[in-house]
Amino acid sequence: MNAAAPAVKPKLLVATTSLAGCFGCHMSLLDIDERLLDLIDLVAFDRSPITDIKHCSPHCDVGIIEGGVCNAENVHVLHEFRKNCKILIAIGACAINGGLPAQRNSLDIGDILAAVYALPGRGVQVPNDPEIPLLLNAVHPLHEVVKIDYFLPGCPPSGDAIWKFLTDLLAGRTPSLGHGLIHYD
Amino acid sequence: MSDTQETNCFFLDDEAIPFTPGQTIIQAALTAGKYIPHLCYHPEFKPHGSCKLCTVRIDSRTIATEDGQTIKIPGRAAASCTTPAQAGQHVESNIPELLDLRRTLIQMLLVEGNHFCPSCEKSGSCLLQGLAYALGVMNPHFPQYFSKREVDASHPDILLDLNRCILCELCIRASAEVDKKHVFSLSGRGHSKHLICNAESGKLGDTNFSATDKAANVCPVGVILHKRHGFETPYGQRRFDQNPINAHAEQYAPVKEQV
Ligand code: SF4
Ligand code: SF4
Ligand code: FES
Repeated sequence: MNAAAPAVKPKLLVATTSLAGCFGCHMSLLDIDERLLDLIDLVAFDRSPITDIKHCSPHCDVGIIEGGVCNAENVHVLHEFRKNCKILIAIGACAINGGLPAQRNSLDIGDILAAVYALPGRGVQVPNDPEIPLLLNAVHPLHEVVKIDYFLPGCPPSGDAIWKFLTDLLAGRTPSLGHGLIHYD
Repeated sequence: MSDTQETNCFFLDDEAIPFTPGQTIIQAALTAGKYIPHLCYHPEFKPHGSCKLCTVRIDSRTIATEDGQTIKIPGRAAASCTTPAQAGQHVESNIPELLDLRRTLIQMLLVEGNHFCPSCEKSGSCLLQGLAYALGVMNPHFPQYFSKREVDASHPDILLDLNRCILCELCIRASAEVDKKHVFSLSGRGHSKHLICNAESGKLGDTNFSATDKAANVCPVGVILHKRHGFETPYGQRRFDQNPINAHAEQYAPVKEQV
């Protein structure tokens, strides 16, 4: 059987998602521009906003996650990714240290909801539809919830940084960014 | 010993570095254009020796064992900003063990404060961030403290964002030694240690602090910020966008002899 197998490497299966992020990292992924064509020679997308597939296949090779964890649904999605992806990458400032959403962490969640949902003359009406995921009392970076294998900082990381990172990884090297590509902002 | 002609040289990662007696290892190295990471060292102030980023190993030895192996006995670890250079000394700085330890120190600083670089006015010219870039720090590793720290906007020209204070005491030293005002001090111990202002209200606006004070212009991170000047330099043109922190080490060298 081996002798008849074509010498084509199977494509790596990649899943992506945005938790408590702004989709900026996904936009930056699209910023690798025409290199996307090279990328899709090497990878196939599984669960991702790009494909609109709703759940991870059981044997994804790489999971790329943008955004930290701010609500109960984020926790479930993160666990689904960890369960189904061999390698998990935290991409962007929010995934790595909570980022902008985590700046609410010094405030009480009850006070925040009361301030945000105070309607003039009608008191406080916090939406409580069961469809709406419950907020956590604080926003957490991904590695505080599951094991993360690689981190790609930036807000967002540039298309060039993403390209360098992914091509290093696909070539079996430890990703290294170097001056100009490593950024926290 | 036999190398009397090398009296005023030591070796940094095997390179001969000249020094004048009384200079510290970091002063001589930076003068010779060799960068040693540092945060609390500043060319114009007496060394403080608190951040430990500048730690080097001095006089490691390699010995041969009976079965023909060689073993490295690490030399003593010392802060190069407080340790005087000595002739013939062998100093190691750029070695994997120390680079790892420095990364860990940076990670601990990053989680101890609230460092959200994308919204920080100092981003791009911050020494903590620049050092993290140069060392390739890709993540904070430790859980975030999310400590509750104050922002003091009481002064007309200066904003004090204590979320980012690394307790390097440069502002304290500058205010005491140069400005002769003693505006800042540290209070508390351990994780509750924090910067305080010398006013009954505790507010910077109630001190005699001025934006032209030396202390207003030494903070290596984004704590002491000049109002109405945030984000003036565009992304891509900021200090460490242009050159990494370890380029042109002479920029951190002492200007004249330290007293
Ligand atoms: S002080 Fe430096 S490390 Fe901290 S948030 Fe600002 S730029 Fe980032
Ligand atoms: S305010 Fe800045 S200069 Fe002063 S101790 Fe904190 S980090 Fe250092
Ligand atoms: S530079 Fe901080 S201990 Fe030497």
